[in-house]
Amino acid sequence: MLGCLLLGLAGVLSGCAARPAESAAGSAAPIGTIENKGSDTLVNLALAWAEQYMQMHPEVSISVTGGGSGTGIAAMINNTVDIANASREMKPEEITAAEKNGFTPIEWVVARDAIAVVVNPANPVDGLTLQQISDIYTRKITNWRQVGGEDRPIVLLSRESNSGTYVYFLENVIRVGQKGNEALFAPDTLLMPSSEGISAEVRQNPNAIGYDGLGYVTADQKMVAVAVDASSPYVLPSIATVNDGSYPISRPLYMYTPGEPQGVVKTYLDWVLGEGQVLVAELGFVPLK
Amino acid sequence: MSKTTPTCWTEFAVEALVRVAGFSAIGFVLLIFLFLLREGVPAFFEIAPGNLFGTRWYPTFDLFGTLPLILGSALITVTAIVIALPLGVATAVFVREVAPGWAREILKPMIEVLAGIPSVVLGFFGMTLIAPLVRQVFGAPTGLTAFTGALILAYMALPTLISVAEDALDAVPRSYRDAALAMGATSWQTIWRVVAPAARSGIVTAVMLGMGRAIGETMAVMMVTGNAARMPVSLDSLFRPVRTMTATIAAEMGEVAAGSTHYHALFGIGIILFVLTFVINLTAASALFQKRRRGGLR
Repeated sequence: MLGCLLLGLAGVLSGCAARPAESAAGSAAPIGTIENKGSDTLVNLALAWAEQYMQMHPEVSISVTGGGSGTGIAAMINNTVDIANASREMKPEEITAAEKNGFTPIEWVVARDAIAVVVNPANPVDGLTLQQISDIYTRKITNWRQVGGEDRPIVLLSRESNSGTYVYFLENVIRVGQKGNEALFAPDTLLMPSSEGISAEVRQNPNAIGYDGLGYVTADQKMVAVAVDASSPYVLPSIATVNDGSYPISRPLYMYTPGEPQGVVKTYLDWVLGEGQVLVAELGFVPLK
Repeated sequence: MSKTTPTCWTEFAVEALVRVAGFSAIGFVLLIFLFLLREGVPAFFEIAPGNLFGTRWYPTFDLFGTLPLILGSALITVTAIVIALPLGVATAVFVREVAPGWAREILKPMIEVLAGIPSVVLGFFGMTLIAPLVRQVFGAPTGLTAFTGALILAYMALPTLISVAEDALDAVPRSYRDAALAMGATSWQTIWRVVAPAARSGIVTAVMLGMGRAIGETMAVMMVTGNAARMPVSLDSLFRPVRTMTATIAAEMGEVAAGSTHYHALFGIGIILFVLTFVINLTAASALFQKRRRGGLR
């Protein structure tokens, strides 16, 4: 958090410097500032990238802020940031809006993420199928006993509806990836404003079930192994299982640039997709192969 | 005589300045209200009334039922006042009528310090300490409930409630107390039968102001009430999560596309909230006004 503030400050202080100019291209290392904004899922990773890159290239200053995928994409459409971080693909209407402003956004897959389903460590349930998770979140299953646990009511936790994780979980788990499935989170799902809200509640409440990005699961929450259906193997999320495709709830993470990146932005993106991948694993995400 | 002209001029300038400053407050409120109307009124045309006052709030899927949010706010505000009223009045009575002078000197500033605690701090406190306690003591499935929110709100409304109630007690003429005591009333009888009833309208004002404080509170509420947009109509609703109007605006405004139906709906909620707060403050003001008209003797 402090790092975020400091970086933000660095961005503000150097805000009077010119934006990456085309003239900077050439043999010399490009000088400039990069505004990077978007997904809260990606923000820690984006910060780590920015910090390391700025250590190696003090002439470049990168300011990273979160706020959500939609916020970052909206800022890129309005041309106030150089790179938008997103944990979902851009919607067609967002692309249209960008084209109206005179550019075509370009998509870069920068890492992979898995969504872990978490419960209290005291909960004896080890594995759930996608269908069971869907039934739990739509209140067809209301007691842990029905999935092999103790006789306890189930308390549903979710991120706020503005989080990319919310939309991804809804479409791929609750609706089990089916088009036309209109299932929604049950109305008594607790919407937590932050990952910390989810982990605090899961930590202290044996009734709770929640979900969050693999990078945000702390040691005091218990991850549940997930199976595509009852006859498939139950798989715990990990870097290995996401990469080999056996863990069913995983997704790519994106960066979007307004048009072909140039100068300092291009150099930075190349680094992120190359050497920068080392940091991905360190933060609990899954590097590209 | 030549001296009067400059004096008149400065007098006039200062008067004008003060007048402008005074009216600007009204102007700002009006401008804010106009802005709210401009951004929020389209919601009432874009969304069918059946949807707008329905029971399902899923803005991502064009379901804009505000009823659970309005009832959620009402539930925790009323509960908070039910908790804060006896506590606040009792504290005011103690500080004003019972406590010795030195205790009053310590208590009054301490109560004012309470008002200065940031709501985020209270929210965090509620989330990590009070919520687990509520779950264990009341056997609720989760500790993030309307009741937890009401406890925090009661705490936040207390400083306002206490200071206004105390002022009301202070305004009760000395002669009332002397008369009651001279008639042989005990000090408890004096307080309960004479002083408190005499200060009744002031205490009503205190409650109204505390309520206005509670209904508008956002951060702490968002952290401890669970934010589930369920209809709080069953008997156990107090010990189930709720979602308030303020938390909804705060949580969703950051992500919403400007000019979309969802955006207008959030401002629509803002209008509802503004009107509610306005009515509450108006009630408080009219209670004060009545008191003044009767020359301070209620």
